[in-house]
Amino acid sequence: MTAFVPLGNEALAQGALDAGLSGVYAYPGTPSTEITEYIQRSPEAQSRGVKSAWAANEKTAMEAALGMSYAGKRALVCMKHVGLNVAADPFMNSAFTGVHGGLVYAIADDPSMHSSQNEQDSRFFAKFALIPAIEPANQQEAYDAAFHAFELSEKHEIPVMVRMTTRLSHSRADVRRREPLPENALALPRDLLQFVLLPAIAWHKYADLLAKQDEFVADSEASPFNRYEDGPDTSLGIIACGISYNYLMENFPDGCPHPVLKIGQYPLPQALVARLVEACDQVLVLEEGMPLVEEMLRGYPFDSGRVHGRLDGHLPRAGELNPTLVARALGREDSRRLFEVPSVVAERPPQLCQGCPHADTYRALNEALESYSKGRVFSDIGCYTLGVLPPFNAINSCVDMGASVTMAKGAADAGLVPAVAVIGDSTFSHSGMTGLLDAVNAHSPVTVIIMDNLTTAMTGGQESAGQGHLEAIAVGLGVEEEHVRVITPLPRQHEANVGVISEELGYEGVSVIIARRECIETAKRKRKA
Amino acid sequence: MKYDMILAGVGGQGVLSIAAAIGLAAVGEGLHLKQAEVHGMSQRGGAVQSHLRIADRPIHSDLISEGQADMLLSLEPMETLRYVPFLAPDGVIVADRAPVLNIPDYPDLDAVLAALRQFPRAHLLDATGIAQELRNARASNMVLLGAASLFLPLEASALEAAIAQLFGRKGEAVVSKNVEAFRAGRSVIQPA
Repeated sequence: MTAFVPLGNEALAQGALDAGLSGVYAYPGTPSTEITEYIQRSPEAQSRGVKSAWAANEKTAMEAALGMSYAGKRALVCMKHVGLNVAADPFMNSAFTGVHGGLVYAIADDPSMHSSQNEQDSRFFAKFALIPAIEPANQQEAYDAAFHAFELSEKHEIPVMVRMTTRLSHSRADVRRREPLPENALALPRDLLQFVLLPAIAWHKYADLLAKQDEFVADSEASPFNRYEDGPDTSLGIIACGISYNYLMENFPDGCPHPVLKIGQYPLPQALVARLVEACDQVLVLEEGMPLVEEMLRGYPFDSGRVHGRLDGHLPRAGELNPTLVARALGREDSRRLFEVPSVVAERPPQLCQGCPHADTYRALNEALESYSKGRVFSDIGCYTLGVLPPFNAINSCVDMGASVTMAKGAADAGLVPAVAVIGDSTFSHSGMTGLLDAVNAHSPVTVIIMDNLTTAMTGGQESAGQGHLEAIAVGLGVEEEHVRVITPLPRQHEANVGVISEELGYEGVSVIIARRECIETAKRKRKA
Repeated sequence: MKYDMILAGVGGQGVLSIAAAIGLAAVGEGLHLKQAEVHGMSQRGGAVQSHLRIADRPIHSDLISEGQADMLLSLEPMETLRYVPFLAPDGVIVADRAPVLNIPDYPDLDAVLAALRQFPRAHLLDATGIAQELRNARASNMVLLGAASLFLPLEASALEAAIAQLFGRKGEAVVSKNVEAFRAGRSVIQPA
C-alpha cells in the first residue's frame, strides 16, 4: 500500500469516507476547506455517489445534513469557527432533535487568526449545546475521530462535534487506514415526530438530552482519546487538550516525568480529572484556544490557586500555542533561541494579486467617492477585504458574512448618504441577499457593489452559489432594473466605471452594481486544467 | 535521526512544492514526517512558511521549537531573516538572493544580504538567475532544493524520484526540466 500522508483535514475526510459517509455539506472557510475538497476529489467518493456540493452557507449546509441524517444516512458538516455562528440555530436545535443516521460537525478553529476575523473556541459551543466533542491531537487521531464520532452519534442519537484547529488542519503526517464500513441504507426514524420541536415535544427532548449527559461523561472516561499517563514527579500534573499534548511531549523527548492527562473527548472525564488533581500539587492546563477546562477547574469563587494556564499568565491569554510557549509555562529555561529577527526585516502582509479585478473596482470606487467625505464604505469577508491596505485604503468595515449590506443600510438610516456596500459574489449568496431585501423594503439610499469574480477566491476558487443569477436575484428582491448595473473592472474601462458608480451614488434608493471579471487565479487554474 | 527545517518564501513562490518533494522522499525512505503548511490569506503574496520535520521515530509537534531548526531554506532573502529565531546554533541557511519586491518599503537589499552573511553557515545563491538560464524561471524552488540536498539526510536519488512523482502528472518534459534545475542547484554550492 502506498504511503498516506494527509493533512489533518484530509485524514478526517478519509476517515469519514471509510466510516460510511453518504454526504458532506459545507461552505468553504480557512482552515476547514480541505475536508470537503478532499471528498470532492476522491475517486472512491465519486464512485459511491457521496454528495459533496458546496452549500450557499453553513446554516443551509447543516440543515441539509440533518435531513440526510433524518433519512438514516451518515452526514458530515464542515465549516470554520465563525461559520458555526451562522449555523448556530440548527446546531443548537439538532442537539434537541437528536439524529437518526450519524451526524458529525467538523468545526475548524483558527487561533491566532491566521485567516479569520476573530478567535473563538468551538468547544464552548459543544458544551453550550450539551453534545460530545472530539478534539484530535494528531493526523491519525483526526482519521480515527471520524469513526469514533459517527459511532457515538448513532449510539446516543446525538450530533457529535470534531474540533480541529489550524495547525492540525494544515499539517501532514502519515496515517494508517482501517477497514471501511458500509454506508447506511435509506430509513426513516422510528418516531416520525422526533424532529418536530413543538414545545410539548421539545420539553421531552430537552429532558432526554439532559439525561444523556451522564452517559456522555461515562464514554469520555473510557474514550481512547482521553488517556492518563502516570509520572513520578507529582509536584505538577498537566492536562493537555488536543494538539497541546504534542507541544508538551516535544519538551520531554524521553517521556514526561509528571502525570499527564491527555484530553481528546468532551464532556470532560470527571474521574480522570479528579485523579490528576488529587495526585498532584499544582496543575497546568494546556489548551489550544480559550481556557475552557482551566476555567472549569478554577471553580470561582473557590479557586484553590493550584490551577495554572492562560488565566494566570503561565501561557498567553490569546493565540495558538507552540512548543516554546509550553516550555516557558513549564518553567524551563528558554535558552535555545539564539538569533533575533534583524531590524532590517519589513512586514509583508497579503495583498491583492497583480491584475486582480478588485483592484480596478477599488480604483474606480475611490475616484467616484472623491467628492464625498471619507468613511462610507462597508465591506465584507473575502479577498476584497485586502482593499483596506495601501494603496487603496478603500474600506471602513469587515465584520461578518453579509454585514456590508446591512451596515450600509443602518448607516444610511442614520443619515450617512450615500452609503456603499462592497461584497463578493459568494459572500452575497451566503448572507447578502436577505440584507438587500431589508434595504429594498426600506428604500434605503445605499449602493451595493457586488464584486463578482465568479468564484469563492480567498479559500482557493470554489464555485459560488449565486453564479449566473446575480442580476435576477437583485431584480427578484425588488431592486429596480435600471439600478442594477454591470461593469467590467478593467483599467481601460476605468472612466466608464467611475461614471456608473457616480450615477448610482447619486440615486437615493437601492442600487446594485455588479463588477464582473473572473478571478485571475481561477482563470489561470482553468487554463492549466 | 531527526532533521527539522523551516521553509520560507512569499505566497505563490512554490514553498509547498519544495515541502512536498522532501516529504515524498522522506516517506519513501520509510521515515516519519510532520509538515505544517500555511493556507489561506497569506498565500495572497504574503509571508509564508512551512515547518518540515523528518525523523526515524515518531514526531510529536507539528511546529519546530525556537533554536531547533537544522536548516532554514528560503526562496527570498528578507523572508529568510524573518525565521532566524528558529535556527539552531549550527543550523544551515540556504537562500535565494533574489528579492521579491511586492511591498513599498522593501529594505536596502545590501543590508539584507549583509545580515544574512552574519550567519556562518549561510549559503546564498542566485537560484532565480540559474532557473532563468535554464529557461525554466518557475523552477527556482527546485534549484534551491538541489542546493539544500547537500545537507539533507536524504539521498539525491530519493529526492529526484520525489520530483518525478510530484510533477509526473504534468508529463515527462516537466519532470526532466525540474530534475535539471535540481541538479543545477546541487552543483553550485560547496557544503561547509
